[in-house]
Formats: sequence, structure tokens, C-alpha cells
Amino acid sequence: MAWAAFSRRLLLVLPTLFGVMVVIFVLLRVIPGDPVAMMIPPGASVADVGRLRHSYGLDQPILAQFGQWCAAMLRGDFGRSISYRQGVAGLIAARLPATLELATLASLLALPLGAALAIAGVRLRGGAGEWAVDVVVAIGLAVPDFLWGLLLVLLLAVAWPVLPVSGRIDPRLDIPFATHFYLAESLLTGRMAVARDILAHMILPALALALPLAAGVARVLKASLADAERQDYAQLARARGFGRMRVLLGEALPNALVPTVALTGVQITFLLGGTVLIERIFAYDGIGNMAISAVINRDLPLIQGLVLVFAVLFIAVNLAADLLAASLDPRAADG
Amino acid sequence: MTLSQVSRRAALQVAGAASLLGLLRTPGHAAGGTTATVAYNVDLPSFDPTVGASAVNPTIQSIYQAIFDPYIAQAPDLSFKPGLLTTWGWNADRTKIKLVVRDGAVWHNGDPVTGEDVAWSLRRAGDPKSGNPIGFVWSSLGNVQAQGQTVTADVLHYDPTIFKWMAFLTGYILPKKYYSQVGADGFEKAPIGSGPYRVDAFERGSFLRLKANPAYWGGAPAYQTVVFKFVTDGSARVAEIESGSADVTLEVPYEEFDRLRAKPGLVGVATPISDIAMIFITDVGVMLDRNVRLATNHAINKQAIVDRLLHGYGVPIATLDAPGYAAYDPTITIAYDPPLARQLLAASGYSPDKPVRFNIQTTRGYKPKDYEMIQAIVGMWRAVGIQATIQVYEIAQHYELRARHALQPAAFYDWGNAIGDPTTSTGFAMEMHSPHSAWHQKALSDQMGPLWGEKDEARRIAGWKAVDRTIAAEGYVIPLLQYVQPILHRSDMAIVAQRNGMLLAQNFKPA
Repeated sequence: MAWAAFSRRLLLVLPTLFGVMVVIFVLLRVIPGDPVAMMIPPGASVADVGRLRHSYGLDQPILAQFGQWCAAMLRGDFGRSISYRQGVAGLIAARLPATLELATLASLLALPLGAALAIAGVRLRGGAGEWAVDVVVAIGLAVPDFLWGLLLVLLLAVAWPVLPVSGRIDPRLDIPFATHFYLAESLLTGRMAVARDILAHMILPALALALPLAAGVARVLKASLADAERQDYAQLARARGFGRMRVLLGEALPNALVPTVALTGVQITFLLGGTVLIERIFAYDGIGNMAISAVINRDLPLIQGLVLVFAVLFIAVNLAADLLAASLDPRAADG
Repeated sequence: MTLSQVSRRAALQVAGAASLLGLLRTPGHAAGGTTATVAYNVDLPSFDPTVGASAVNPTIQSIYQAIFDPYIAQAPDLSFKPGLLTTWGWNADRTKIKLVVRDGAVWHNGDPVTGEDVAWSLRRAGDPKSGNPIGFVWSSLGNVQAQGQTVTADVLHYDPTIFKWMAFLTGYILPKKYYSQVGADGFEKAPIGSGPYRVDAFERGSFLRLKANPAYWGGAPAYQTVVFKFVTDGSARVAEIESGSADVTLEVPYEEFDRLRAKPGLVGVATPISDIAMIFITDVGVMLDRNVRLATNHAINKQAIVDRLLHGYGVPIATLDAPGYAAYDPTITIAYDPPLARQLLAASGYSPDKPVRFNIQTTRGYKPKDYEMIQAIVGMWRAVGIQATIQVYEIAQHYELRARHALQPAAFYDWGNAIGDPTTSTGFAMEMHSPHSAWHQKALSDQMGPLWGEKDEARRIAGWKAVDRTIAAEGYVIPLLQYVQPILHRSDMAIVAQRNGMLLAQNFKPA
């Protein structure tokens, strides 16, 4: 991808985000489910309901509400959560690191696993080994992440209780953190016991997210590797006496990575979307879990903020994948 | 590569994975001993129990009541007992109230709980600017004054349930001096109360750790530490208790409850609570026909629903005032009588071949077996000549539609009434001006009218029983069943089940 093309993509980010803002704002006000109706206690009169609606600014026309929201966003004010009664930006800033750490760990588990499966599949092509790899990949793709989550809990938290069921850190630990990146901070400050506890809490949700991603990576990379292995340069290398694994890893893999990286970007956005359910199942306090609570409570300012953050993450991941693919493929870098 | 090589490699890999898991292994069991860990079914969005949406969420009250004291306490059977207020009452003509605050109670920071704390809490609750969602209840009091530990207030408009509200939603005493010093945001960051536990650590969305308050006026609670883990997914709560990661949990599926209570080391407690399943009838279309309404009532076999869908965990009811409520009247019954239902429908020209048709709305998964219950009911109705089409909605949609008086002719809902008063069940659910009602009828509202301000308690309760009788006779609503709350806990501890559905950590004790 030429820098000009990348700049064009970058310029499209703002209109894309504005489009997301419009869609989410309108959708939330069109679909049934009034946040004030959720809060009406027994005995409230119609006037009480009106007062409550006024206090949240929900009695104004949609256009006026949207204008106020946009103006506030420009000032960096994401609004105030109805259910948490705190600033949306602060709430998201406190929970986003948990999701980022989880998604990162899941990706770190998925990518080598997917690559290993792909290489094994190509290496064992034509035999029972390839069939076994294909079956594993098919299962990985067919079983959704939340089901992996439940299966992993049953296996590793209930039947063989070696890992915790839920949470992000043992409630008995009393560790002050300077940031919300608990795992990264523990590792960087050398608190290995704490890092181990946090990892123990993350491993099951991360695995649940990683398995479908690994399967997706394996399928694409295996096909790309098989294709690259048939190319002249690979055949030439084989003819010159290089071993098959060396040709696979040294010649075919760099070329096969280009389509895989592009697709992995898309797959990681699915993984980010998957955190919503997975965090709920594992009571993991990231923005995915918070998003479900926000939807249940019809916490409009919080939903809007969370959707925007997810949109930014999706765009960032796709841009990063494009950049990485371009750096791997000189033709793309030349435009 | 030989089979033995593969096996050796596989064995090494398995051993490696096992040792990795061993490295990460954390103690499987909850701490036990002086710590009780609760896998709780809701998150805690906000600490202030008197403002915002959390303040009117009945499920969060268990946590609030561990940290804060309500004005008046509630016994497990829904009756009221002294809390921070030792005495309370009206004067003879019910134009004033007088409250006496307990001597010797202290806030978690050591300051004494004073009459002024109570007066300030009442004034703040009634101030529209405070954000108290039920400020209209507290605004019935004015000129709230404290003299020592005695608090007096003028009754601006008489509400016979005001003292019952003092044990329920937003009825908490907060520390005036501390709150004024730290402000609303400071209070959210470091809340203090006068309750049996103080806040020790809070990981938003993950857990709340509480430490026993040794200076609690009711005596220090048995467990030094209580951890509420916010586990909103039912299957995860099952895993928490089954794996030993939690000592107590609640609201698990009934089939799992039966399975787990049979396991050694676990005890199951199932108690009917002040939460009922019901079907709102809206005064539209075919529901304006009394025969149709009564037929919908008589065609439902509630006991069969309890037995077959809820594993026996439920109590069939005939009015919105369930057993244990102040106006519960066991003489009001609605018989399961399909022939009568057919007869009623025939009188209006309907039959199984020419059924009456309407829509029924229900949630799916919001309450145990909600959708399945409605499916069963629709099947029972079909047999007598009622063709109902199910529409699934979210609970948020229900609230909005109900507030706009736009529910379908029939709509499933669950109604909680932790103080057991008829105004907070039949009253608000059936009064035509209430945003919570679906059946709007002037005659019924007129019958209720005098009861809202009735000063003679016996007459008030008798009046509400009469309203319930009218509603049953006219089929204005379909009461289904009283829910039973399943609680699982370790066998080496004891808990006290509350009929108001609260799980109070201060009542946990080692067995």
C-alpha cells in the first residue's frame, strides 16, 4: 500500500466514525426500550416520569440531542452514564485495558496455534495427518467462542478445577495498580505472582476467543502455503536440495503470509466482537461485559461511547493489518 | 516415526501442558474460614443507594444493606423491626411523624450516627434535585427537624406506607458530615455507611470485597470478609459453586439447583419470595369482553406449570397479593376449570373451531422459564378456544410499552414487592393513572381511591382485599405464581433466607 493510499484510508476514518455516530444515535432512539421507563419506580406519576426524562435531556428533539452529543464529543466529553452515574470516558478508560489485554493474549495464543496447524496440515498433506488437521480446523470454525467458553469452564474449572471460573484477579489479592493494564503492569514491575494469577484468570476466556481465530488463520494459511509451495521458486528450492520444512518456512511462508495477515485483521475484529459474550460468561470486567450491562439498562450515553470505541478498535486493527500486509508485500507498498 | 515415539511425544506434550496449568493453578476453593464468597447475579453500578437507576433495582439491595442501614429493618418474614430507628410512628391525627435514632451507632469512619444524619437523609431524598427516583414518596414529608436523636417531620400528604418505604428502595441513612465533605463523586469513590460491613476493595464489574464492621450496633457479623463476585451469567454461577470458587450463589436454573443440592458439601435452600409471575391484560380489543378475560384465567393450570416447568419451585396465586403479603386473602381463588372457560367463550361466540385471537408478549430468559411458561399457557388456551400469538420482547421494551399504555392484550411480567404492601402490588399495577398499569378502568380506580390515604390500617387492608376480589371476579389481570428463590451454599455455613429475596451477608454464619 502506498503512503498516499494509506493516507486516503486514514482520511476516511473521520467520516466513518461520524457515520457510526449517526447510525448508533438514531438506532438507539428508534428501537423500543426507553431508559427512563426502566427506572420508573412503583408509584411514579406521569409528571414524575416527565421530570426524570427531563433530567436526562431525553425530552428534547433527537436532532437537538444529537447536536449536543456531537458538541460534547468535540470537547472530549462522552457524556455521563445513566446507570453508573459517572463520566462515560472514565468508565471506558478503566475497562478498555482489560479487553485489550484479553484480546492481545487471545491473538498471541491463536496466531502461533493457527500457523502450527497450517504448517502441519501442509506438511502432512495427503495422509491421515492432514485429515486430522482439517477436522480440528473445521471444529474450531464450527464451534462458536461462547460454546468454547462453556466447554472450557466445564473441563478446566469444574471437572478438573485448575483454573478460576470468573473474574480478572483473585479478590483476595490486595495489589495497588497504577494503570488498568494489570497484566502488563505486573510483568513490567516484576510482580510475577500477581501476573500468574491474572494469567490464570485470563487463560480460559482467551482460549475461548483464540480457538475460532486459530482455526480461521489455519484454514487461510494452509491454503496459501499449499499454493506457494506449488510456485516455481519453491519448486526450484526443492530442486536445489533444500528440505521440505525449510522450503515451507523459508520460501513459502513469507509469501503465504500476505493474504493471511489481511484476513487475520478481519478475524481479530470478530475476536473483539466476541469479547462481549465471553467477558459476560467469565465475569471479566472489560468493555464487552460492560456493553451488555449498558444495553440491558438502556444506558444510551454508555452504549454510544462503547460502540464508538469498538468502531475505533475495528478501524485501527484493519489499518494495522493493511500496513503489515503492505510491509510484507513490496508490490502493495509500491501501490 | 513409530507409534511409541508418537506416544512419548504426546505424553511429553500433555505433561508440559499439565505443568503449565499447574503453574497457573490457583486455589480452587473459596477461602472459607473467615471469608464468604458470593457469586452474585448482578453488578453494582453505583454505591449511593438513594439516587440513580441502581437505587431502584431490588436485586442490588442485598449489597446496599450490607454497607448501609435502612431507616427500618425487615425480618425474614417481611415484617418490620427496629434498625437504626428504634421507634417510629405518627401522631394521633397523623399530621406529624416522629422517629427515634438508635444511640451508640457509628459510621464506618467512627463518627456517631445522629438525628441530623437521619433528618438530612430524609430532606435530601425528598429534594427533586437530589436525583432520588422515588423522591415523590419522601416529598410527602416536610419540615424535617432533628433534636438530638429524635427526628420530627410534618406530613404534607398522608401516605400510609411511608414507614414501609423506610425499609425498601432508597430508604437508607447516609452520613451528612462525610457526604458534605467529599461530595457525590468522592462518596462514590470511598463510600461509608453504618452497616455491618465496610467497603474494602471494589473492582468495578468484577467484585466487591467487604470487611466486617466490629463497631456495628447489631454486633459484628460472623464472617470477617465477604466477597461479592459479580457473575451475571447463570451457568457461570453454577460453575462457581460447583467448583468451590464461591461459597454461596443464587438464581441458578432449577434443574441445576436440584442436581447441585444433592452433591455432598452443598446445601440448597428454596424459599418463596415477594416476586410473582403475572400476565398483564390491557383494556383493548377482545379483552374488553369479560368472558374472554375470565376464560383466559380459568384455562390455565398453574400447578401443572409449577410442577412440570419449574420443578415444583413456585406457588400458584390468584391475586397480585401473594402469600405473606399484608393483603393476602386465601379465600380468593381462581379455579382451573377448562369446561367453565369453554362455556364463557361460547357465551361470547368463541370455540376451539372459532377461537378468539390476540397477541401475548413475553420475555425470553429474563425470568426462569418465562417463555416456556407462556408456550404452555398458549397450549392450554388453544384447547378451550383461545388462539394467542406469542411475541417476544426485551424487558426494556416492556417497560416502555407499559408506560405508554401500548402493551399487547396480554403481556407477561414479573412483579416484585419486597415490602408486601398491597399498594406496591395491586395498587400500582392496577391503578389507571399509574404508569405501571395496563388495565385502565375508572370504576376500579375509584374503588382503590380512598385506600391510598386510609388511616385505619385494618380497613385499608380489608379494602385492598376487596379490590383483589373485584379484580379476580372480573379477570382484569392473570396472576400466575409466586417465585421460589434457589440459593446454594456450602454445608459448613448457614444462611437466612429472606422472603423479600435479599441475600444478606450479615446473616451468614458458620454451621
